[in-house]
Amino acid sequence: MKITDKLIKEISALAKLEFDEKSAELMKADLEKIIGFVDKLSEIDTEGVEPLIYLNEEVNILREDKIKAVITQLDALKNAPQKDSDYFKVPTVLKK
Amino acid sequence: MNVSNKYEVVIGLEVHAQLLTKTKAYSSDENIYGATPNTKTSVITLGHPGTLPKANKKVIEYAVKLGVAVGAKIRERNEYARKNYFYADLPKGYQITQDKTPICSGGTIEIKDDNGKMKEIKLTRIHMEEDAGKSIHDLDPFNTLIDLNRAGVPLVEVVSEPDIRSANQAYNYINEVRKLVRYLEICDGNMEEGSLRCDANISVRLKGAKEFGTKVEVKNMNSTRNVKKAIEFEVKRQIALLENGEKIKHETRSFNAANNSTISMRHKEEANDYRYFPEPDLQPVIITQNYIEKVKKALPPLPKELFQKFTKEFDLSDYDANILVDEKGIALYFNSLCNCTKNYKMAANFVMGSVKSYLNETATDIADFTILPERLAQLITLVDSGKVSNTLATSKVFAAMLKSNDSADKIATKNNWIQESDSSALSEFIRQAIVKYPEKVEEYKNGKKGLIGLFMGEVMKLSKGKADPKLCNQMLREILDK
Repeated sequence: MKITDKLIKEISALAKLEFDEKSAELMKADLEKIIGFVDKLSEIDTEGVEPLIYLNEEVNILREDKIKAVITQLDALKNAPQKDSDYFKVPTVLKK
Repeated sequence: MNVSNKYEVVIGLEVHAQLLTKTKAYSSDENIYGATPNTKTSVITLGHPGTLPKANKKVIEYAVKLGVAVGAKIRERNEYARKNYFYADLPKGYQITQDKTPICSGGTIEIKDDNGKMKEIKLTRIHMEEDAGKSIHDLDPFNTLIDLNRAGVPLVEVVSEPDIRSANQAYNYINEVRKLVRYLEICDGNMEEGSLRCDANISVRLKGAKEFGTKVEVKNMNSTRNVKKAIEFEVKRQIALLENGEKIKHETRSFNAANNSTISMRHKEEANDYRYFPEPDLQPVIITQNYIEKVKKALPPLPKELFQKFTKEFDLSDYDANILVDEKGIALYFNSLCNCTKNYKMAANFVMGSVKSYLNETATDIADFTILPERLAQLITLVDSGKVSNTLATSKVFAAMLKSNDSADKIATKNNWIQESDSSALSEFIRQAIVKYPEKVEEYKNGKKGLIGLFMGEVMKLSKGKADPKLCNQMLREILDK
């Protein structure tokens, strides 16, 4: 499959990644290799075979509506790179 | 001719309702509004690696409840899907929702159209999903703050067909949905707090046109009134553009309540590819016919059923019936009241008048209202039989009943509020009234018949409001017309 500049732009926008032109070229080559590798799978005839989504056939794995797993605010915020005493902090999202 | 008459408005609404479960949709941390930020989370909610979601039974039950109530088809095999996008308030990077297998399809919501006639709005689907966290943009000038208490809160999304034809119909629709989820007790319907939210897909087209116009999605309308205002503005804006020969852009706009307008948020043609795929971490849910029947049996009376009953069986006007069914508690109270009295009209007047104004003034919930239907029915019987005047019943007896557990009869007797229908006692009051105004008696005899009101008033005053007005009027005339 041919990876076009347009496709690279679309995918990087969805992944929220930015490349300069040189890296974009490298990324293109790598992506083509990856897709070529995975494309091997299309050689198998899967006509009439249902896609496998679940690794077992269990259904209705449900839980009661009871409060159990709560973690403290301190623990919740523990791994955040940026935070204050109450909130996670991220760069401003809305531009005014 | 007004240019807007050339166009037809086409609206479809997407309503998100937060479910009143104790815990979240796919994890067992608490679902509660207004807690200290980030105190109601779990490792699943926060999207930590290696964690697995597990679906909440109640969410299925509530979604089926809603589906049955709107007459939708309930899907037997339900699967979940991931909707992928990056946003800071979505910790996992995807939302667990339903894509191709919504739990409900079809069904209708009945609303009033612009001429007051009933109109069915068809539903496309209802599906289960989870809410995102909350981004706060105005507390810190350099950062967006994130509170993940809301992340993972269960939602149902109700998607209507583009059957709505005016801002007013949209307003009626959202009110009906709100009433329904509140009757079912699956959502508190609080639009200000965001537990019920609405997005509107709005387009206009020339009347008679077959194709739909380009639609614009409007978000952030946090009250039913704002839904109406946003649509009114958007329709005007779109018609003005078309009249100018311009094209409508396919975009998402945000309602600005400060000036009742909408502003552009983002264009749809920009990357907006959610790459849905099946959620492999949640096993399918099978809903049996048996289960659906069980939910159906446990359904409370629905507003449209009560409306039918109140208008057909109790012979109330549409207007009265609408006021009475507006809130489930009031409607059920009235319904029980009508099991204890046959004077439905008077019962309706009592509930819409004395009862509702007392509840409003004291901010009391009908569940905590101390005058039970049986006791109020006694009061209605007293008025009905002419023992207590309507005025005394609403002004005095009702108030006294709030403060005591005695029967209406006992209260009225004890306070001497039983209407004076004893003609000898009445004659005495009438005699006094006539003696007091000899010159008015002359004027009356000379033809000023309107003066009867003055004598009536005097008798009422002397009897402290207890004189039976009908009897009093009759006796007065007999004496004066002699």
